[in-house]
Amino acid sequence: MKYALAFIGIIAGTLLTIAMMLSWERPPMASTQLGPRGLGMVEINNPRTEAKLQKANIVPEADPPAVLSGVKVKDSKDYQNVKVLGDIDTEEFNRLMGAITNWVAPEQGCTYCHNPENMADDSLYTKIVARRMLQMTRAINTMWTPHVAQTGVTCYTCHRGNPVPANIWFKNDGPPHAGGMSADRQGEGLATKAVGTTSLPYDPFTPLLAKGANIRVNATTALPEGTSKASIHDTETTYALMMHLSQALGVNCTYCHNARQFSSWAESRPQRVTAWHGIHMVGEVNETYLNSLQGVFPKERLGPSGDVAKVNCATCHQGVYKPLYGVSMVKDYEVLRLPNP
Amino acid sequence: MAMLSFEKKYRVRGGTLIGGDLFDFWAGPFYVGFFGVATMFFATLGTALIIYAASQGPTWNIWQINIAPPDLKYGLGLAPLKEGGFWQIITICAIGAFVSWMLREIEICRKLGMGYHVPVAFGFAIFAYITLEVIRPVLLGAWGHGFPYGIISHLDWVSNVGYQYLHFHYNPAHMIAVSLFFTTTLALSLHGALVLSATNPPKGQAVKTPEHEDTFFRDTIGYSVGTLGIHRLGLFLALAAVFWSAVCIVISGPFWTRGWPEWWNWWLDLPIWR
Repeated sequence: MKYALAFIGIIAGTLLTIAMMLSWERPPMASTQLGPRGLGMVEINNPRTEAKLQKANIVPEADPPAVLSGVKVKDSKDYQNVKVLGDIDTEEFNRLMGAITNWVAPEQGCTYCHNPENMADDSLYTKIVARRMLQMTRAINTMWTPHVAQTGVTCYTCHRGNPVPANIWFKNDGPPHAGGMSADRQGEGLATKAVGTTSLPYDPFTPLLAKGANIRVNATTALPEGTSKASIHDTETTYALMMHLSQALGVNCTYCHNARQFSSWAESRPQRVTAWHGIHMVGEVNETYLNSLQGVFPKERLGPSGDVAKVNCATCHQGVYKPLYGVSMVKDYEVLRLPNP
Repeated sequence: MAMLSFEKKYRVRGGTLIGGDLFDFWAGPFYVGFFGVATMFFATLGTALIIYAASQGPTWNIWQINIAPPDLKYGLGLAPLKEGGFWQIITICAIGAFVSWMLREIEICRKLGMGYHVPVAFGFAIFAYITLEVIRPVLLGAWGHGFPYGIISHLDWVSNVGYQYLHFHYNPAHMIAVSLFFTTTLALSLHGALVLSATNPPKGQAVKTPEHEDTFFRDTIGYSVGTLGIHRLGLFLALAAVFWSAVCIVISGPFWTRGWPEWWNWWLDLPIWR
């Protein structure tokens, strides 16, 4: 018995050690300096994983430019019920429809959104969603240049050939737990992928990726003089969102911040300004475009609390500091950069 | 300085590692030896360089003086003096001084016919320093990964390097090291309190014996580690704390580039409950 226990222990220990060792990395590493020398503001990347990531983020080749017909969609009898793209050339329209099919529903084809009997028909919910998403894309490209700059976004930035983008979020109420006087986990304490498998609050998105949310928790004075009313839970929720942001962009905290004082803009990198606009952009996109589709999506597309899928940083970035390594696709599809009618 | 009556007995010739009889003498109470001279040389040169490098910086504010390592672009090469070269030479001087001091301790141990426990223990501290300033920078390919010499600036470095891994408290070796540091203070406080309690009986009573000390812990927790054992335990806890501290930083970067919370996925992904 004594030996059997020791034997089982040794086997279990060996297996656990093997499981633990498999994830380690090895030198040589690539490193980039992000701040003054000696400050520890450095990005260290594994060139082997970086190569894999680059392979997964290659931009598909653009379709050849359209041979323009000279007729706008809204002036052509053949195109009915076009509410967003009416102001573009019919050939440009056809080229964009083909591209959208490749970007969003390459296997399902046109009929994923359209009724083949009548392309103008709005009976499929996917068509309503697609129309709203086109408005969203144009709004991002025209009104959120502080975040997307001239690189812009297309359907592919998020969809990557999937009808539903791989990185979305729903309101997360956590697993069911006993009620009454039993302990409440206060929305934290579960190793959740969305927040980098930390024990931090598992749904920082619902409170912080909403329009007008306040993520600032730092006091502005060294001593507690009431300049911040944030609780420990508020602070951890912000930390959780930052975990998500780091993971989504494949960067560490010092990509934007000097950890000496996270709140200080003077000591932060300019990337923090871009990120600030990004957080507000996501709040606006969720509020104005995704939430407006509540009631359009069928039940199976909704989250456990019945809310629609929403976006966060990972939806576009997918592990890269600039989505698709900053290669602009919208330059080949300029119609996605026109203001909404 | 007058020598105590019994000290002469212990001032024996020999036991030197280098230099034979040449440096085998005392200066007042201090044994000199070749490594005493070497320590003096490196410490004086290093300190003078720190003061000179500080004079080339923007401030004499003791908190803000900062002598930083080179930019990463210099890799493992030499940098110009004012762009990290000072840091490089000061680092060489520091290692020279620390190692010389340790070897001087070894010579004294040899003279007295003692074990090498003290120099070995000091060696762990030197090892931790070398891990931070040499081993990890070499593994990452640039001296710029070392920490700067400055009271505030080295703390800024610690903070930023910690946040390179998103949440350093999830670093498994950091967890072990922190636990060992706390256990060290626990063991030392229990030991100190126990010895003082045995040697401070009520007025008029005789000082208590080690048997009393052992009995106190047997009565309290059923076991006493013993008078010699507590010192073995203390040394182990302290050295293990330093060792795991060195491990926790050397794995951050060379052997793990992502957030430390993510490292625990091996546990979350075990086939039993995945």
